[in-house]
Amino acid sequence: MKKLLVLLLTSVLALSLVACSNKKTTTEDTTANTEGQTPAEEIKIGFVTDIGGIDDKSFNQTSYEGIKKAADELENVTYAYLQSSQAADYTPNLNSYAEEEVDLLVAAGFLFSDAVSEVVKSYPEQKVLIIDVNWLEGENLQQAVFAEHEGSFLVGVAAGLTAKNAGKTAVGFVIGQESVTMEKFWAGYQQGVWAVYPECEIFYDNADDFGSPEKGKTLAAKQYNAGAYIVYHAAGGTGNGVIAEAAERRQAGEDVWVIGVDTDQYEYGKYGNEGKSAVLTSMLKRVDTASYNAVKAIADGTFKGGVVTYALKDGGVGIPKENPNLAPEVVAEVDAWTQKIVNGEVTVNETAVKDDSRIK
Amino acid sequence: MNKKHSALKISLIAVVFGLLLGFLVVLITGRSPMDMLYAFIRSLTGYNLAKPDKPINLMYVFNWLLEAMPIILTGLSVGFAYRTGLFNIGGEGQFMVGSTAASFVALTINMPLVPHIILCLVVGMLAGALWGFIPGFLKAYHNINEVVVCIMLNYIGLFFSNYLVRTFLEIDPNTNARTVAFPITAVLPKVTDMTASQFNYGFVLVVLCLVMYWFILEKTTFGYSLRATGFNSEAARFAGMKVKRNTVYSMMIAGALSGAAGAIVVLGVFKYGRIFTLFDNYGFDGISVALVGAANAVGIALSGLLFALLKSGGNNLQLFNIPKEISQLIQAAIIFFVAIQYGVILMLNKFDGFKLKLKGGKKA
Repeated sequence: MKKLLVLLLTSVLALSLVACSNKKTTTEDTTANTEGQTPAEEIKIGFVTDIGGIDDKSFNQTSYEGIKKAADELENVTYAYLQSSQAADYTPNLNSYAEEEVDLLVAAGFLFSDAVSEVVKSYPEQKVLIIDVNWLEGENLQQAVFAEHEGSFLVGVAAGLTAKNAGKTAVGFVIGQESVTMEKFWAGYQQGVWAVYPECEIFYDNADDFGSPEKGKTLAAKQYNAGAYIVYHAAGGTGNGVIAEAAERRQAGEDVWVIGVDTDQYEYGKYGNEGKSAVLTSMLKRVDTASYNAVKAIADGTFKGGVVTYALKDGGVGIPKENPNLAPEVVAEVDAWTQKIVNGEVTVNETAVKDDSRIK
Repeated sequence: MNKKHSALKISLIAVVFGLLLGFLVVLITGRSPMDMLYAFIRSLTGYNLAKPDKPINLMYVFNWLLEAMPIILTGLSVGFAYRTGLFNIGGEGQFMVGSTAASFVALTINMPLVPHIILCLVVGMLAGALWGFIPGFLKAYHNINEVVVCIMLNYIGLFFSNYLVRTFLEIDPNTNARTVAFPITAVLPKVTDMTASQFNYGFVLVVLCLVMYWFILEKTTFGYSLRATGFNSEAARFAGMKVKRNTVYSMMIAGALSGAAGAIVVLGVFKYGRIFTLFDNYGFDGISVALVGAANAVGIALSGLLFALLKSGGNNLQLFNIPKEISQLIQAAIIFFVAIQYGVILMLNKFDGFKLKLKGGKKA
């Protein structure tokens, strides 16, 4: 009986081997052909994601889109990604690409900071881009950070003006966690609001969690109940709860707004059947610009290590092109402030004011 | 039930079927199963058949072994409880408290290299044992189902660990999502600097645990009474064995094994105290490992290595443009085929009958 089973299994195995070895040769042929046609040296980009993968609607996805865009424009760039199954996989996955000798290794987010610092030690020659990290060391390590305070200033201006025009006295802010990076959001926002509406009160709440929509919803409800007209969230997944609360309230006929973060979150704030959204505008963090630029720099040989800051003037932060809920005069005012920041007329502080009677 | 078809045979058949299914799916989805084979062979030997001109790269082998270390331990953890008739689904929680306890010792106590590491590991195991003691005690003395308690303790372990770490340990100011790095005395050293893999001396503990597992269960009176409890706890009680005490001890040993897994991962791979966002699934992987390994030491070692190969090979698959989900599919299929073992046995018996008939025919 054993022999019979073994025979059966081996024959199936052998069959499938034959089937695939045929396939293999054909694919090899085609690659050989394309290689013959494009003499330009192939540039390989390796992207490692956390467990979220490249369709996480967040950091990984945006970074990947930047790589894709650059690869579409440049003919000789190929790219691939490794999705991690668990946090312990970050270093092995980065190492695998380093062993494959990719021309650029990309990792998005501070979650990768330790893994990247290990990889940089093991492979000092490997060119690496890490996004949202600026405290590592490495000659060929580019660390991209964003001027979140400048972008937050702009949405602060939008919030302040909209509240003033509507005759409201308060706006709100929900933060995902208190840290040096997160404080930049808060700092820019308060400066923006008070630049156009100095008497405005701002409610401040710390969810201490990036992944809890329920908490976000509760905090948003608290702020709206206390009289906040517009709530800006810098809280990742927790912020989805803030947006949901605003959408529910608008659905019920209440006049409140929410401001999104990182990507244009207009779509997430949709309610009712008419396609209206509760999202007033969003603070964009153009992570894709960072990965796009890095790939381009690899292609033309200008890639450099060190910290690269993507500010408002570099297109690293800003508000979306389309803001259906924002009054035209508010948009004009935001544009005017954008100009002032870009010119250097106005400097936005990275540290927030903490004890002020207007902060609730 | 026919004892002729051993657990080992069933596991082997399940593995072969699982791999065949993986092959089939890869083939159907229009990718090359050869690439899949290459990816696994590279993890197994370090040799890349797709690029034969390149030298052997041991990094992939070490990464495979590194992946195997914690899941062999959680596999032993589940297996140990299983042999006593208990289902330890709390490996996840035991893993996390083990990891957190080890982090506390690593960051708060100042000691030279070797004793520091050993103390970290021991305390990690003790914390895991405590996390196993709770369901064991409740099961033994209050007849509360250990499965329910274990599942609840997984979440308590997650949030309690995070609370302790955030409250009492120094948090890294840059990320605000982990502690500062461990001192060098509390880091499990790499076995070799030859490759970039983090494969470390934690493997010594894994081997020790494997030997102890075998020794306790197969060679001691205590192990005998544990197994007797597993076969039939009423009969064991009637024979004068301390069933309640056995239940508690068994869960504690199981917890210690998962705690050891948590300790070696945090001390050898992360090297800083973690704030957990989700389960890492080491405890749940342990269930598969124990199941396929038929809860004996050699079986668990082999199936741990196999699952690690599928996991680290799964990451490698992506380098060959095959989604890593294929390797999860194979893992799931293997578990499925083991789970329907009675069906497989039935099939094997049919085959035997068929063969007998053939033989009989020849004789006549």
